[in-house]
Amino acid sequence: MGIVLHKGENCGFTEKTIIPTSKYQRSTGKQTIFFDNPPKIIGRMSVVGEKEGKGPLKDYFDKIVNDAKWGEKTFERAEIDMLMTAIRGSIENADLREEDVNLLITGDLLNQLTSSSYVARDLTMPHLGLYSACSTMSESLAVGSSFVNAGYFDTVVCATVSHFATAERQFRYPLEYGCQRPPYAQWTVTGAGSTVLSAHGSGPRITMATFGKVVDFGVNDLNNLGAAMAPAAMATLTALLEDTGSEPGDYDLILTGDLGKLGSDIMRDLMIEQGYFLGRNYIDCGNMIYDVTQKCYQGGSGAGCSASIINSFVLDKLEQGDYNRIAYLATGALMSTQSCYQGETIPCISHAVVIER
Amino acid sequence: MNNSFAQERNERYDKYVKAVTPSTSLPKSLWNSFWIGGLTCCIGQGIYDIFHAIFPSFSQDMLGNMASMTLITIAILFTGFGFYDVIARRGGAGSFLPITGFANAMSSASMEFKTEGLIFGTSVKLFSVVGPVVVNGIVWSTVAGLIHLIIFGRI
Amino acid sequence: MTVFLNYLLTYATVFGVGGLVCSAAQILVVKTKLTPARILVIFLIIGIILEGFGIYKYIFGFAKSGISIPIIGFGASLARGSIEMARQVGFLGAFAGGLVRTAYGVGAAIVASYIVTLVFSPKSK
Repeated sequence: MGIVLHKGENCGFTEKTIIPTSKYQRSTGKQTIFFDNPPKIIGRMSVVGEKEGKGPLKDYFDKIVNDAKWGEKTFERAEIDMLMTAIRGSIENADLREEDVNLLITGDLLNQLTSSSYVARDLTMPHLGLYSACSTMSESLAVGSSFVNAGYFDTVVCATVSHFATAERQFRYPLEYGCQRPPYAQWTVTGAGSTVLSAHGSGPRITMATFGKVVDFGVNDLNNLGAAMAPAAMATLTALLEDTGSEPGDYDLILTGDLGKLGSDIMRDLMIEQGYFLGRNYIDCGNMIYDVTQKCYQGGSGAGCSASIINSFVLDKLEQGDYNRIAYLATGALMSTQSCYQGETIPCISHAVVIER
Repeated sequence: MNNSFAQERNERYDKYVKAVTPSTSLPKSLWNSFWIGGLTCCIGQGIYDIFHAIFPSFSQDMLGNMASMTLITIAILFTGFGFYDVIARRGGAGSFLPITGFANAMSSASMEFKTEGLIFGTSVKLFSVVGPVVVNGIVWSTVAGLIHLIIFGRI
Repeated sequence: MTVFLNYLLTYATVFGVGGLVCSAAQILVVKTKLTPARILVIFLIIGIILEGFGIYKYIFGFAKSGISIPIIGFGASLARGSIEMARQVGFLGAFAGGLVRTAYGVGAAIVASYIVTLVFSPKSK
């Protein structure tokens, strides 16, 4: 067919081959949907906290807030402010006004999606709250794209947020309680990302989305979320590759959400078992958000982790032309504080979207 | 999905995860908890000896109470200033097992939930971490007292 | 000189015993996946058992704060109080004794926590 598929060790080293979407088989599988009128990403904004602002990606983030409380009384209020700033900033970035946005899809990690709902209270558009733990960003992009593709809404804003202090308090111990973390733990990212999808305009297009299945490989260690979530990422990525008949080498970048270092190593191993070799084009947001010197164990996690990275570094590179096709799979661990004490294992999910230039 | 298949797969995955997961370096963490725990106990002993020198007439029990009260107050102040968790990240059991850890667990929880108000936040959550210790302590010490009574005493 | 040597010996024992107890708990932290709360309860119950069988006072005799500052001492104190009160007051005393004896420490911890809460706020690191 004249298409060079990059495989094995060779992956990512040779010149990039752009494969038009029409080459792919129409949904042979059941999980992947294809967008005929791909929604464009016309605006975006990322906001992160101090620690993330000192990481390797510090130059890419739009706004770095050095005060964890953002001048507010509580960390929860700070999280709301952060999400609000990201949403307003992305709308501005798209040269739109608030009234032009038809739908707002947001998610966060807190109980009853409080941050999302409080943000939506102060905005005028209809609101959908999504909870898919750390995979909320890709889920909201997939859901938002479906609405835009179908023509129900013209402009949809997808945003997620997470805050270290609020997540810590909800899922683990009080901040000042000196709980020793095992070396395989992860650090919740303080960050927010917001993306504006539109049927019109120009920008990177979301061409496919794969909705993941809930996968549980029996991991019950709350600290080892990377190992718990890797199988979910594996299942979704395999489904995406099988449904589209593509190879990992067809993507300039395969980006998982927040598996961390350990989780992404496991992910590589699991994908090899599935018959796919993930080369240099596979990276993990959790693994790259912090420096090794920042003592964040295996890296970042949380809904804001991949949201802030995809809306800064990744889409920057995509717009500049360094990448042409990205598969973005955020992963989420769907446990609650109760379920783990009740001896349940951690169910995980991952949703994928493919973004093309 | 077949249930036994899933179980077998989970076991295999568990084995694999255990093999790749890095573990805490045992000698280093043991040493840290050893010296931090030992030092905490020495500080406690030091406070006791100082009180003993100032109030020679006090009973051993009373001096012990005073020493632990002082140590607890110091630990809680450390928590307030945000030093204690820095020590504890390093010390592990060396800092949560001594009575200072008990105090830290109490005050950190009460500070954390200050934002929900003093009644529903602080007062409710004060025992959220140390609750198990207090409850089990009271239950099993009562049992110990009752057993002693049955064996040695009169009712 | 002998006084000084005595102090040195005491503090060395306190350091050694206290450190060993904490390291034993650290082994549980690293080797098993027990949460700190569970480990605290385990050591507390060890303390109650030691006191219940009357072994604690011999350990305390040489280890001093090395055994009484870790949570074992708290457990022993609870059991001691309960047993003593049960001897003096009888059946009902067993329920009150533990709390009465440990009330100093717990009271100080609660009041100090409350005051600290009024003054300080947790920091995100």
